[in-house]
Amino acid sequence: MKILVCISHVPDTTSKINFVNNDTEFDTNGVQYVINPNDEFGLTKAVLLKEQQGAHVTVVNVGGTDAEATLRKALAIGADEAIRVNATAIDGLQVAKELENVVKQGGYDLIIAGTESIDYNGGMVPGMLAGLLGCNFVNACIGLEVAGSSATTIREIDGGKETASVAFPLVIAGKKGLVEEKDLRIPNMRGIMTARTKVLQIVEPVATSAATKSVKFEKPAAKSAVKLVSADNLDELVNLLHNEAKVI
Amino acid sequence: MSVLIYTESNEGKFKKTSFEIASYAKKVADSLETTVTAVTINASDVSSLATFGVSKVVNVTNSDLNTFHARAYADVIKQIATKENAKVIVFASTTDSLHIAPLVAVGLDAGFASNVIALPENTSPFQVKRNAFSNKAFSITEMTTDVKVLGLSKNSFGLVEVPVSLTEEAFTPTFSDADFGVKVTNAEKSTGKVTIADAEIVVSAGRGLKGPENWGMIEELASVLGAATACSKPVSDIGWRPHSEHVGQTGKPVAANLYIAVGISGAIQHIAGINSSKVKVVINTDPEAPFFKVADYGVVGDAFDVVPKLIEKLKIFKANNA
Repeated sequence: MKILVCISHVPDTTSKINFVNNDTEFDTNGVQYVINPNDEFGLTKAVLLKEQQGAHVTVVNVGGTDAEATLRKALAIGADEAIRVNATAIDGLQVAKELENVVKQGGYDLIIAGTESIDYNGGMVPGMLAGLLGCNFVNACIGLEVAGSSATTIREIDGGKETASVAFPLVIAGKKGLVEEKDLRIPNMRGIMTARTKVLQIVEPVATSAATKSVKFEKPAAKSAVKLVSADNLDELVNLLHNEAKVI
Repeated sequence: MSVLIYTESNEGKFKKTSFEIASYAKKVADSLETTVTAVTINASDVSSLATFGVSKVVNVTNSDLNTFHARAYADVIKQIATKENAKVIVFASTTDSLHIAPLVAVGLDAGFASNVIALPENTSPFQVKRNAFSNKAFSITEMTTDVKVLGLSKNSFGLVEVPVSLTEEAFTPTFSDADFGVKVTNAEKSTGKVTIADAEIVVSAGRGLKGPENWGMIEELASVLGAATACSKPVSDIGWRPHSEHVGQTGKPVAANLYIAVGISGAIQHIAGINSSKVKVVINTDPEAPFFKVADYGVVGDAFDVVPKLIEKLKIFKANNA
């Protein structure tokens, strides 16, 4: 079984979000980059499948040289090889088309991506990739078991969950629940040393243009100070929620 | 040329999000000098859509679609979009719609902007404002493709009644076997309980509750308000509450009208996940808790003292305003 795990290289969840160049570009100054948290669940699941069933795990990122540290971390966690598509990621459709090319070149059975990245929050790449490949797709996947050339998946639905059986090739968009958070892998020294010898292949992009682009960023307006209500005067809170905020 | 919406229903009734995207689409259609067409699947009574500006419904009746199949549903929408020459297609931010929208977009070689929170700032070039960086910022996104697919963030636009006359049309799509490649074997859905996805009000609690045995008062507060219950990440990690209730940057996003946080200090990842909510109330013993900096209303006090009293006050309010 060949597994491809799509990795987004994103600002750490605690990062301060600022913009430069007249608010047209994200300010990377002082920002620590990490594996996208939703992708981390997918990567751990792939490594577990490798350990249990002998899968070969490749990680891929569409991005610049700065993403190589993140790919090396994925190799240290247990992926066998890495691919960086040498292109600046502009939008989901462009990224999906680059990933489509990688999948077609590599002939993967199972493609795992995170439901969404925590920077641009598009939530579209896995679905678009599945659409381009014409293969099965399970979004918001919180459970995956593989047997032979098919899988049993569990996906979140509004107010519950749904189990399905699906044949390969398959794209899943995973998130928290795909593996337990306590089972997430962190690189150990042996993994870090081994990662140095693993292949990180650079692939040139196929010529695709973006369908969307961020032309400007804004930050939310500063909030007015909180209105504090005494714990002994909760009638006032009810009154404010009803008459001022008009939410009850 | 029309603006197309995909409407979802539950037990024969359209979801509120369907009316919200109809309201939004009507405004977009007005600015493009066109009309709104709705795609419905196995719908019996579509008349309520006319209240929110939908002037045409294309309905697909097919028992194979009684169960959700993302690829089949996407094929239905793609085929109708092509037939109607739709240039803008609007989806809600429900789990199923977010499953379908990327498939539709890629099938039509269209750009997709999700988490859209406002009407287009321009229609030529087509620019929309959307949430990004986990609600810590907005992106003005320009869409350059002929067809544009939008995902409207929940509760970002509201309902606007613009009654119009409605025509109905049946449509028979074509399918392939591959459209039904994901075979559902079991579905578990909580009934009689407000879900975070549908909730206008969410009551959330954190480690300040001290243990899962104390969630009864949170559930009672939610019940009085007709709200969903939620929790912070540490609470779901410890196992006091299910993962499905974890809201935050790596959990479920919440864009409620009212979000009440009890005993949650307000980690940056939690705030990011709930920041789209309109009104935030925080109840916490620690006046220095970071959550107070983003809250609209706050009560400094012990949850075990404040929540039961608030429940009683709300019960009286509800009785007086029934």
